[in-house]
Amino acid sequence: MSTFTTDEVARLANLARIDLTPAELERYAGELEVIASAVARVSEVAGDDVPATSHPIPLTNVWRDDVAAPTLDRGEVLASAPEAADGKFAVPQILGEE
Amino acid sequence: MSDATLTRRTAAELAALLEGGEVSSVEVTQAHLDRIGAVDDAVHAFLHTDGAPALAAAAAVDAARAAGDDLPALAGVPIAVKDVVVTRGQPTTAGSRILADWVPPYDATLVTRLRAAGMPILGKTNMDEFAMGSSTEHSAFGPTRNPWDLDRIPGGSGGGSAAAVAAYEAPLAIGTDTGGSIRQPAAVTGTVGVKPTYGSVSRYGLIALASSLDQAGPCTRTVLDAALLHEVIGGHDPADSTSLPGEATGFVAAAHDGARRDLTGLRVGVVRELGGEGYQSEVRAAFDASVEALQRIGAEVVEVSCPSFDAALAAYYLILPAEASSNLAKFDGMRYGLRVEPSDGPVTAERVMAATRGAGFGDEAKRRIILGTYALSAGYYDAYYGSAQKVRTLIQRDFAAAFAEVDVLVSPTAPTTAFRLGEKLDDPMAMYLNDVATIPANLAGIPGISIPNGTDAAGLPTGFQILAPAREDARLYRVGAALEALLVESWGGHLLERAPELEVSA
Repeated sequence: MSTFTTDEVARLANLARIDLTPAELERYAGELEVIASAVARVSEVAGDDVPATSHPIPLTNVWRDDVAAPTLDRGEVLASAPEAADGKFAVPQILGEE
Repeated sequence: MSDATLTRRTAAELAALLEGGEVSSVEVTQAHLDRIGAVDDAVHAFLHTDGAPALAAAAAVDAARAAGDDLPALAGVPIAVKDVVVTRGQPTTAGSRILADWVPPYDATLVTRLRAAGMPILGKTNMDEFAMGSSTEHSAFGPTRNPWDLDRIPGGSGGGSAAAVAAYEAPLAIGTDTGGSIRQPAAVTGTVGVKPTYGSVSRYGLIALASSLDQAGPCTRTVLDAALLHEVIGGHDPADSTSLPGEATGFVAAAHDGARRDLTGLRVGVVRELGGEGYQSEVRAAFDASVEALQRIGAEVVEVSCPSFDAALAAYYLILPAEASSNLAKFDGMRYGLRVEPSDGPVTAERVMAATRGAGFGDEAKRRIILGTYALSAGYYDAYYGSAQKVRTLIQRDFAAAFAEVDVLVSPTAPTTAFRLGEKLDDPMAMYLNDVATIPANLAGIPGISIPNGTDAAGLPTGFQILAPAREDARLYRVGAALEALLVESWGGHLLERAPELEVSA
């Protein structure tokens, strides 16, 4: 099992796109170490002969006829956006990142 | 009829009064809004209340009734809705700062059904952020307090819905149950909570926490009220790919049947693994007394073993964070909700996402997202997430074997009564243990109910859990109503009537 060092928590937080303060990194490292130790026992319970279950009921895709229908009101949707311009979402620069 | 009298009525009683023309929906709705105004500063069950739309909906029902329209059973009875369920035109925050000002442009299917049934929506109830918690202390907007003792937790994550019902602020509420978030709050507030069979109430419009576990259901004061509400919100929804086929019927009839207090021939299984170490002695004593009560009216009781349940909590705390880390990825400050720009450096989308999520998510959400990211990351997937999914198979097998022997399974709902606010806040594992008895049902998708069944030495309520096979929700109502009828008779009234009066603010 991995050890939850602050570096490991920082790596995971970066993957999850969450800025953490140094104090949070320190606290989560300790807490996650305890939680991970408690949950690690799952690997001891089930052997290779046990199939995995991802969902409580069998899932099938749901299709509908491809017909035009009313959509959400654009004004209402954009009203809750952090920023909108010209009837569209305005987002920060996406291309040209490091 | 006075406001106090109206707010003490059950939903079934209110429906009868409305049907008989003895009271109007506007009067009933106003009485509950007044009660919210009087006690919610102390309880904080609500994050948002909407008097005008609720009263307009009530007036529309009154007009329809006056015109002689044939109305649904609960038409005119007001309801509160957990703030993780989207409501068009009304704020929906999921208890999170990241959605603080979000007003959804659509209704969840279950909200559409409440509106179609003529049920005025009083407001949105407080909850742990994104339904992560067992105490409603992880709400970004402050905790809800237990109406039995304002220094104690009302359970979680649906503490707001349970407290609203327990404090007579709403006769009915909607909750969601991912690992016990309807049943555990019901247990510690002396109310009734039902987690229906997975897929039997539409999840369209529920802000997802863990998609394979989440299920909406009723929070009420009686078993009959829960059955009435379940029939309103249940049934197939083509907008939800996980929705089961079929209608939601037979629950009210089962509740009436149970109230006759005859369970002759019913086989009840006591789950050995749900009730041992870690369970408060008074919780166990109340449980034993309830099992004896069921025996007295004809039930045959046997002990059954579900050995994989010992690993259920561990599997749950891998599966839930894994699914949550994926579901919560959409809260990135781009299209809705909060947007926070980094305090220095370039303002790029990636850096805005990280700054927004760092500022917008609370402690528990961050902790679980990071744990989920870890469980799903390369090198650990098989050991953690893959193994947890295998445990899920074993738990389903345990349930199948048990239900081959018995009709329902029973256990205490929660291992302890309500603890004090702050008592477990710095110990995530201690907090997680509160859901130890409720989690197996979510992993297997089966239905469960919690019934108030006693009090501890401090006078705080305990809960009795009944579980049934998938799609056999009607059994919960039959057995639950039978136990409730026995207990109410022995107590000379509902347990909730023993709760201390809340101080009413001017």
